[in-house]
Amino acid sequence: MVTINGKQEQAAGMTILAYLQQAGYTPERVVVEKNLEIIPRESLNSTLLEDGDSVEVLRFVGGG
Amino acid sequence: MIHMQKAEKPEIEKNSPHITKEELDRAFDERFPVWMKEKLQKASVAVAGLGGLGSNIAVSLARSGVGHLLLVDFDLVDVTNLNRQMYMIPHLGMPKTQALHDILMQINPWLDIQTRQIMVTSENVLELFGGWPIVCEAFDRPDQKAMLVGSLLSQCPDTIVVSGNGMAGLGDANDIRTQQKLRRLYVCGDDTTESAPGAGLMAPRVAICAGHQANKVLQLIIGEG
Repeated sequence: MVTINGKQEQAAGMTILAYLQQAGYTPERVVVEKNLEIIPRESLNSTLLEDGDSVEVLRFVGGG
Repeated sequence: MIHMQKAEKPEIEKNSPHITKEELDRAFDERFPVWMKEKLQKASVAVAGLGGLGSNIAVSLARSGVGHLLLVDFDLVDVTNLNRQMYMIPHLGMPKTQALHDILMQINPWLDIQTRQIMVTSENVLELFGGWPIVCEAFDRPDQKAMLVGSLLSQCPDTIVVSGNGMAGLGDANDIRTQQKLRRLYVCGDDTTESAPGAGLMAPRVAICAGHQANKVLQLIIGEG
């Protein structure tokens, strides 16, 4: 199990990019922190989620 | 080419011999302890994006006496900015960096204000913001917001980021709040309401969100955050 935004998710084995797409996020509009480390945008496709990972996905909306 | 402009003596100071730095300091001291003023005068804050959020944040910080500001934006003042940004008709066509610099100099001519008229990318984040202890994210586009926040958190390990997210339209003002989302990231806004055709940005909620951001910055400086 992977903890994503405080919820337990069956996402172990997926890349972060695959998880984001499945969950309906636009990858260009999020900041992802995994185990207290920011994952650069270009690494989303090469970073695997593993059992026990703790992930925060922050979604940004337009306007400023 | 990156332009660095240093604060020059503003017209207002030359034309207004009646106010001195001592008078401005005394007015502050009547309301707040001296240690607070000294902390604020020593503080350095960068504002990335000088639109509705950034221009309002910068004005609040200048009024509060934050001594060192860096203002970053590539854009010029446009007529579509007047509904929510600090600019006025005489500023139309000017770089936002220059227009906001002029506005802040009329509030407190003794501030140290640096400006950079440049587009921020993940490649120049470190050069622009490295060493700045607090950066306000005040961009408009969601992909740019995510790029800046992600780049600042990963490239500038000592920087605290105060971001604005979700403040369009006329929804309940009380939905706008300040939350600490990550160890070095505070996010202000309602997190959901984005600007869209027919549901644009209105002055009150933008100013409220900017007020949240500026207030968090002051808390961080004063040490009550």
